[in-house]
Amino acid sequence: MEVQDQESLGRWDGLCSRDISSRTEAMENICEEVMRKVEAIGPMPALDPSSPASGSLPGSDLNDILAHLLMLSRRCPFEDVRRQCVRLLQGIQDLGVRIPRPLGNGPSRFIPEKEILHISKVDTRTRSIFEDAFAALGRLDNISLVMGFHPQYLESFLRTQHYLLQMDGPLALHYRHYIGIMAAARHQCSYLVNLHVNDFLQVGGDPKWLNGLNEAPQKLQQLGELNKILAHRPWLLTKEHIEGLLKAEEHSWSLAELIHAVVLLTHYHSLASFTFGCGITPEIHCDGGHTFRPPSLSQYCVCDIANGNGHLNHHDDWLGNQVMDGSDMSGEVEVLMERMKHLQECRDDEEASQEEMATRFEREKTESMLVVTAEDEECVPSRDISRHFEDPSYGYKDFSRRGEHVPTFRAQDYSWEDHGYSLVNRLYPDVGQMLDEKFQMAYNLTYNTMATHKDVDTSMLRRAIWNYIHCMFGIRYDDYDYGEINQLLDRSFKIYIKTMVCSPEKTTKRMYESFWRQFQHSEKVHVNLLLMEARMQAELLYALRAITRYMT
Amino acid sequence: MDKMSRVTTGLSSNAVSGRTMFCHLDAPANAISVCRDATQVVVAGRNIFKIYTLEEEQFVEKLNLRVGRKPSLNFSCADVMWHQGDENLLATAATNGAVVTWNLGKPSRNKQDQLFTEHKRTVNKVCFHPTETYMLLSGSQDGFMKCFDLRKKESVSTFSGQSESVRDVQFSMKDFTFAASFENGNVQLWDIRRPDRYERMFTAHTGPVFCCDWHPDDRGWLATGGRDKMVKVWDMTTNRAKEIYCVQTIASVARVKWRPEKKFHLATCSMMVDHNIYVWDVRRPFIPFATFEEHKDVTTGIVWRNQHDPYCLLSGSKDSTLYQHMFKDATRPVDKANPEGLCFGLQGDLAFAAKESLISSDTNRKPFPGGDRRYPIFFFKKSDPTEQFAHVSSALSVFETNLDCNRMDSFVKTAQLYLLSGKPFAELCDHNAKVARELRRPQVSTTWTMLRIMFSDPANLTTSGLNHSLSKLGSLPLMNSFSMKEIGLGTESRLERSKGESRQDNIHLEPGNSYISNNNEENEETEGSEGQAEYMFGDAELDDDDLYSMEHDNQTEEQEYTLPQEAFQLRHEIMDNPSAPEHLQQDKSDSPHVSGSEAEVTCLTPIESFSLISISQPLYCPDLPASFFCPIVREMLSYYAEKGDVQMAVSVLIVLGDRIRKEIDDLTQEHWYTSYIDLLQRFKLWNVSNEVIKLSTCSAITCLNQTSTTLHINCSNCKRPMSNKGWICDRCHQCASVCAVCHHVVKGLFVWCQGCSHGGHLEHMMNWLKSSPHCPAGCGHLCEYT
Repeated sequence: MEVQDQESLGRWDGLCSRDISSRTEAMENICEEVMRKVEAIGPMPALDPSSPASGSLPGSDLNDILAHLLMLSRRCPFEDVRRQCVRLLQGIQDLGVRIPRPLGNGPSRFIPEKEILHISKVDTRTRSIFEDAFAALGRLDNISLVMGFHPQYLESFLRTQHYLLQMDGPLALHYRHYIGIMAAARHQCSYLVNLHVNDFLQVGGDPKWLNGLNEAPQKLQQLGELNKILAHRPWLLTKEHIEGLLKAEEHSWSLAELIHAVVLLTHYHSLASFTFGCGITPEIHCDGGHTFRPPSLSQYCVCDIANGNGHLNHHDDWLGNQVMDGSDMSGEVEVLMERMKHLQECRDDEEASQEEMATRFEREKTESMLVVTAEDEECVPSRDISRHFEDPSYGYKDFSRRGEHVPTFRAQDYSWEDHGYSLVNRLYPDVGQMLDEKFQMAYNLTYNTMATHKDVDTSMLRRAIWNYIHCMFGIRYDDYDYGEINQLLDRSFKIYIKTMVCSPEKTTKRMYESFWRQFQHSEKVHVNLLLMEARMQAELLYALRAITRYMT
Repeated sequence: MDKMSRVTTGLSSNAVSGRTMFCHLDAPANAISVCRDATQVVVAGRNIFKIYTLEEEQFVEKLNLRVGRKPSLNFSCADVMWHQGDENLLATAATNGAVVTWNLGKPSRNKQDQLFTEHKRTVNKVCFHPTETYMLLSGSQDGFMKCFDLRKKESVSTFSGQSESVRDVQFSMKDFTFAASFENGNVQLWDIRRPDRYERMFTAHTGPVFCCDWHPDDRGWLATGGRDKMVKVWDMTTNRAKEIYCVQTIASVARVKWRPEKKFHLATCSMMVDHNIYVWDVRRPFIPFATFEEHKDVTTGIVWRNQHDPYCLLSGSKDSTLYQHMFKDATRPVDKANPEGLCFGLQGDLAFAAKESLISSDTNRKPFPGGDRRYPIFFFKKSDPTEQFAHVSSALSVFETNLDCNRMDSFVKTAQLYLLSGKPFAELCDHNAKVARELRRPQVSTTWTMLRIMFSDPANLTTSGLNHSLSKLGSLPLMNSFSMKEIGLGTESRLERSKGESRQDNIHLEPGNSYISNNNEENEETEGSEGQAEYMFGDAELDDDDLYSMEHDNQTEEQEYTLPQEAFQLRHEIMDNPSAPEHLQQDKSDSPHVSGSEAEVTCLTPIESFSLISISQPLYCPDLPASFFCPIVREMLSYYAEKGDVQMAVSVLIVLGDRIRKEIDDLTQEHWYTSYIDLLQRFKLWNVSNEVIKLSTCSAITCLNQTSTTLHINCSNCKRPMSNKGWICDRCHQCASVCAVCHHVVKGLFVWCQGCSHGGHLEHMMNWLKSSPHCPAGCGHLCEYT
């Protein structure tokens, strides 16, 4: 079986080439092989077209290939490959073989397929980025397609991700993917888990590890705790956690490895947020992406990987009764712009008192919690917080609940630019630079438009979103008036942000649709990018601060 | 008033101008500043804002400026500055974007004077003009700098950097110029009277420039420090800012301050990781001139106590302490630095530099033929001897290599000829022994042979019962089937006895003895001159046997002479008698006690030391597991490594592989491997070094050839970096690497001329340049293929 995997790996490789002739050659080989397989199984496919268990049939190998072909026919940035794949699939169908159909509509459940840039109609720059991504991974994932709205960012994102996963680094390749799986599983993000399970196996990872974290090496198991805390309550991270990882005798981590792991964990936590926030659909060739298998979670229980046994409490979809007051949304954009303008002008004359400023942060923090937690309370009436500390399957708990115990993180005292960057770059060269570029790219990205309006300075809005997310993680900027958040972010938007950042698995299409109704999808994706990067930075700051404290 | 603990240290006894001392603050400090007469210092931080007076022995808290019921963010200071003219005037930069001035002359408890809230983001820096009393400058995260006239309620001018956040602003000493450093790496020069645009801008660092400082005397010099761990000194008097000095530190530079009265000295502290304060001489950027190591967390503020006193430095830190550092207590890294330098030249010459005194005292040393060159490394005109770097002048001696004792030739040959894998263990050992012998290294050669014997297969047969029976079977036919040469048999039986393992053997020995005696006689009759000698030895040996002197020592001595002969005999026997090989073969593989003979059989030229092995093996080996030897081998390897022959240690380690690996701790192994690999690479034995890396079992070593396997290239057309494939450019969509000979794209090895940069397929280029000296691309360059 493994030999076959290897073989099939090589089979698709040729298609990633930028050289058209070698692509053609690779395509011909594939055609031949597929035809041979089709002839070999002859009458098989007609047998049982509806069986979902076809994975165990001898035809499964062929099915995988067909699924891959289907993916290529839709997602390959090279036009010739797409065309030939379509032709080949048709040819097979004509032979009476059942061919797969993609499930779902396009890369995202939330965004209509026609809104997303079609692979054949992108500008040269985006195409070049897509081709790069395709050449590096042999696929173009749905995340990249959705991010394709913002090619500048996508380039930076892919470069960083590629470096983290494939280039020189302290951790072995399969470790990297496994850490990615761990992080994504924390949020039950089956999309990312599936993707990286494949990658993990491809780079020679031990399939046994996938049965659960307790099958993985001790060293990775120890990372579970860090993963858990970082994902849900990063403010609880202390230098003792770091010390525990670094001083575990033969299972101990080196500082460089730890930094790598931390960057990976935070990357995948926030990517999980993006995945849910944009409703990314399963890859066509993965489970659930086409009709060969039922559209369910993967065969691997994601929870097992996250923490061995636990399950998060699935609350009812509380959003049902949480939907907007339904007030007129028609002038939403205009109102928002008006407020921004007002804030801009008023800042100088209307001087809020210092005490007022100080309390605004607390209020915003508390209110941000109330947005969601009212319903939370109902679901779990008797909450014993201390029990949750020990429960390995704990989820996000509001920062402000224990605000008394956990001091506010002052952004001025430990910032990414001054402190975090230096630490990361010291221990994992170049990555600090890449992350720095990525953060700046996300933070500064603007087209000076809002919905249909042009030439708008959106910096205030972007800053509000960024700081609101950091506020949820207890990070305070002294020089920010948190009253602005209340003015600029309405309730439905706050709900979306809060859900996406804190428990992304609960994001629903309704939530996505109910905020900023007049804005375009690309702008909503932009918001998602902001959320993702802000979350990643918040987590990183806590982790790096703990490491710094350990080092001093 | 808050409780304050005062501690003074007794580092210095009775200094005139103060001593190294510190006091605990209640909270981490962000910045400090001294008043003009150097008697008071203000400490500002997120939760602290206090004034301390500097007394002879201690700091005394004089005033707490943090008053009021509710803590306001206006007290949360990022920076503080004491006015240099008016000792009642202070300015702070608050993290919430406020610029606050404080008047200590106010009668009320709250000394806050003016509040400017014009900045939208954190203010990183405030700076008073050195001479204009009412002029205050601020630099903020929002990218603006503002100039305030303290007599007015608002700023008088705003300077827009048009780049990113402002990290530092500093007035030049004498005129109206100020420098501003930015988060994006730029430094701008402004005239305070012209807020419309900067006078000059240049990129000083990659990444944020955290600090800058004008030279107190030389008005043209500006020092900048950045996240890129560099301190740079710029000469601003020329048209273009010119970098004149650069100091590379080990962490991002948070503050930089010129040292008073010392033209080339400056003090730095870092933002992260490193807690020390360094004083550098910019002309000697490789080693700090002095270091203050007192702080336990990063230092956030440094200031020279007095503008005319270069010996006293104050510092505040995140570890909540305020220090006064005296120069006489500073650590001088230069004292700890090794003043001797040693370097090998290409041809094996050795250059050695040391203090003059050291060299001249040694009269035996021969100076370099070209004259003993002396290079005074550093020289200071200033007279203060305690202050400057020690007056060092060094002598450089160069020693030429004596060609005769050039040991490294054999190192290279050995490295090339040794086989480390690919053959059975025994063959590898034999091969390597042979290599060593040919290079006239008998000890090494012997070691290899010894190793082979110790760890060869027969030795692995550990069941002693089996051994017995086999040895019996093996020896009996030997004695019975053909008239064995007396010495061969003699040794054999004797060996068995020496083992002393069982009665059977001993019994069995008796007839052997008788045979031997018979054979001796026979031998005398039948064999020629060759036999004579054998007989002699054999006889002696038999005597021993007769005397029943079976002490091992004794026998060892004996056998040094006998065994080589025995080897001859046996081999001779094999050739003589066709039936013998079978037995021998069987013996070799099955019976441990014959494996000794095997060694001798295969070895064509027995040399003296050889016999040593032949004894030790049959004496101890047969019933001993190979692991028995591990401690010895381990010692032996350590011995070689200690002696400097790490080549031997590593080669044996690789050849023995699992047999010995577990015996030696990983760190030692790694150390050996790295040393050997380093040596190999110095001799450009890349292939060998890679083989060693590949064969090593240390994970730290095997990963060596997996790093930096990326080669970055630029497109030959558009000169931009090629990110993807090495042979086609993403941007200009041209094939970048086309073979100059066949004009096809090169996808594998691409070889090119370093002169004209044309090239192509390795094979094509080789062929082409065999026939023509010119470049195949027709550029006229005379390429050379080596």
